[in-house]
Amino acid sequence: MEKFVRLTDKACPLLLSNINTDMILPARYLKLPRTSELGDTLFYDLRRDAQGNKRPDFLLNQSAWRDAKILVAGRNFGGGSSREAAVYALYEAGIRCVIACSFGDIFAQNSVKNGMLTAVLSEPDVQELGAAIAADPELPVTVDLEQQTILRGNRSFSFTIDPVSRNQLLNGWDDIDMTQSYRDRIAAFKSADRERRPWAGPPS
Amino acid sequence: MSQAQTLVDKLWSAHEIAQREDGAALLWVDRHYVHEGSFLAFTQMKERGGSVAEPGLTFGTADHYVPTRRNRPIADPSIAAMVTDFAANAAASHISNFGLGDPRQGIVHVVGPEQGLTLPGLLIVCGDSHTSTHGAFGAYAFGIGASEVAHVLMTQTIWQKRPKRMRVTVSGKTIAGVAAKDIALAIIAQIGADGAQGHAIEYAGSAITALSMEGRLTLCNLSIEAGGRTGMVAPDATTFAYLKGRPYAPRGAAFDRAVEDWSALVSDNDAVFDREVTLDAGAIAPIVTWGTTPDDALPIDGTVPDPARERDPVRANYVRDALDYMGITPGKKLTDITIDRVFIGSCTNSRIEDLRAAAAVLAGRVSKVPGLVSPGSSVVKRQAEEEGLDRIFREAGLEWADSGCSMCVGINGDVVPPGERCASTTNRNFRGRQGPGARTHLMSPAMVAAAAVSGHLADARPLLAGRKQ
Repeated sequence: MEKFVRLTDKACPLLLSNINTDMILPARYLKLPRTSELGDTLFYDLRRDAQGNKRPDFLLNQSAWRDAKILVAGRNFGGGSSREAAVYALYEAGIRCVIACSFGDIFAQNSVKNGMLTAVLSEPDVQELGAAIAADPELPVTVDLEQQTILRGNRSFSFTIDPVSRNQLLNGWDDIDMTQSYRDRIAAFKSADRERRPWAGPPS
Repeated sequence: MSQAQTLVDKLWSAHEIAQREDGAALLWVDRHYVHEGSFLAFTQMKERGGSVAEPGLTFGTADHYVPTRRNRPIADPSIAAMVTDFAANAAASHISNFGLGDPRQGIVHVVGPEQGLTLPGLLIVCGDSHTSTHGAFGAYAFGIGASEVAHVLMTQTIWQKRPKRMRVTVSGKTIAGVAAKDIALAIIAQIGADGAQGHAIEYAGSAITALSMEGRLTLCNLSIEAGGRTGMVAPDATTFAYLKGRPYAPRGAAFDRAVEDWSALVSDNDAVFDREVTLDAGAIAPIVTWGTTPDDALPIDGTVPDPARERDPVRANYVRDALDYMGITPGKKLTDITIDRVFIGSCTNSRIEDLRAAAAVLAGRVSKVPGLVSPGSSVVKRQAEEEGLDRIFREAGLEWADSGCSMCVGINGDVVPPGERCASTTNRNFRGRQGPGARTHLMSPAMVAAAAVSGHLADARPLLAGRKQ
């Protein structure tokens, strides 16, 4: 898995709340395999009009933010469906970090598994950061996971993230490889559990 | 002396294999449900050269992409491929699969309970956020993404951080005509669409224990719409009676032994929750949503908000945008909102009780709008037909179809056309959820039926007066 330690890039202020996974990736694109083309489906129905033309008023369509690697959003970013393809769409579109007041639990977990940072910032800080970026898109934002800080110019904000996710992102751990090292403990658990909870085993 | 534990803690401890220093725990998975949408995880597994660790604990069902009119072939080849690829993946991994054509096929969150695969005390995962549904049995059930699905396929375990515990107590007795859906929407309206983020919910109180299993399934299903990845109800006599004799449930002495163990799955009297929420069941009226998140929910006798009256500018902007998308004028009475179609189905409300509730309103009446009724499983479909419910739906002018996720997520081809307004028993009123530009109002099956026969959002209670419910 890709590590996330520190990133300096442009940030795009999508200061809405409840940007759910259906908005990030409409369900009709869920049958697509994970390729770079998935990036074109990101925010499809917000980004395009009914004819499929890009809406000039959508910030990620504007030259200032087209290539931003950081998004700044309001409350409950990524709520809703468990579709990991929502994270893939963000990732394939170049996003590596989302800063928001809060995140959907499943979305946040899916992000970590793909090396994408979900940084939780207080509502006033999100508003301040968002307004500052909107006023001057060119001044880059630095997100530092070790320090848990977001720097822009000489302004610094502290963000939160749960220690498990932080650890995994900093180390770039691969879950499956890690779990393989617990193989003996898993086998021991399984055999003891079959005695303890006979009703939980394979049903027939 | 051991500390008093919540139900969540008891379930967690029973599955913990190992704990890391940072607090992550490796948990054993008792049941893994997969569906066509799990293809990304199967691809990940194949790319790593892996195989399914416990095929006997893994069960598939075709639901997200299956057609609801089985007499016609799937027109779109990319949708057809989703169904056939899944069947091939399941077969190659020796997973039991209730696929298209199987008499047990249906929506994963309907099939698991119905077949007796979902049991109290189990840890259940599925690549679908509505996996919280299975918590109705006192199981620890939650939705996971594709990477986690791949991990569970290959190891039968999952890394998790222990959630905080929230208890939602609904005391008293619900009034007639108020369903589990109304209780759930009332909770979501009270705590918000992100109110339970980071928490596992335990539902308790007299109004919860009075619910049937179907009602508890609806309630737990909607936990994720309050932001909670998992929601549960402690198992009791209602749970055990539902399970007895189900195809995959333990039988005979094994069942009795299981019931003994399951009976201990309750929160201890002095267990402490991180957050307590209480509601009075008697104060809950039939509820509908007006906006684009599930917490935009109001009693049917209410009016939609007016952005001009909102003090908070952020809230005012949200209300303006939501009403604009929904095509509703500010301050409108909910019962003045006319609809274009109805949908009865989805993992939230497609079980036999849901169909009976809708039929109780529809019997002898005609829908003023077109609509689709998709039973939650092939088993539910047969039972509904035995009870004559299909006739009631057809005579009301609604289409009686086959089971699948259908118009809830709109990826099998069943969509609400752009700009149309649908009264729906589903779980998400998100923008474009039922199709690009679709406008969704969430409500209970009886309330959808009331909207159908009225042509506008309507209170089901007067229409149920004197009828058997």
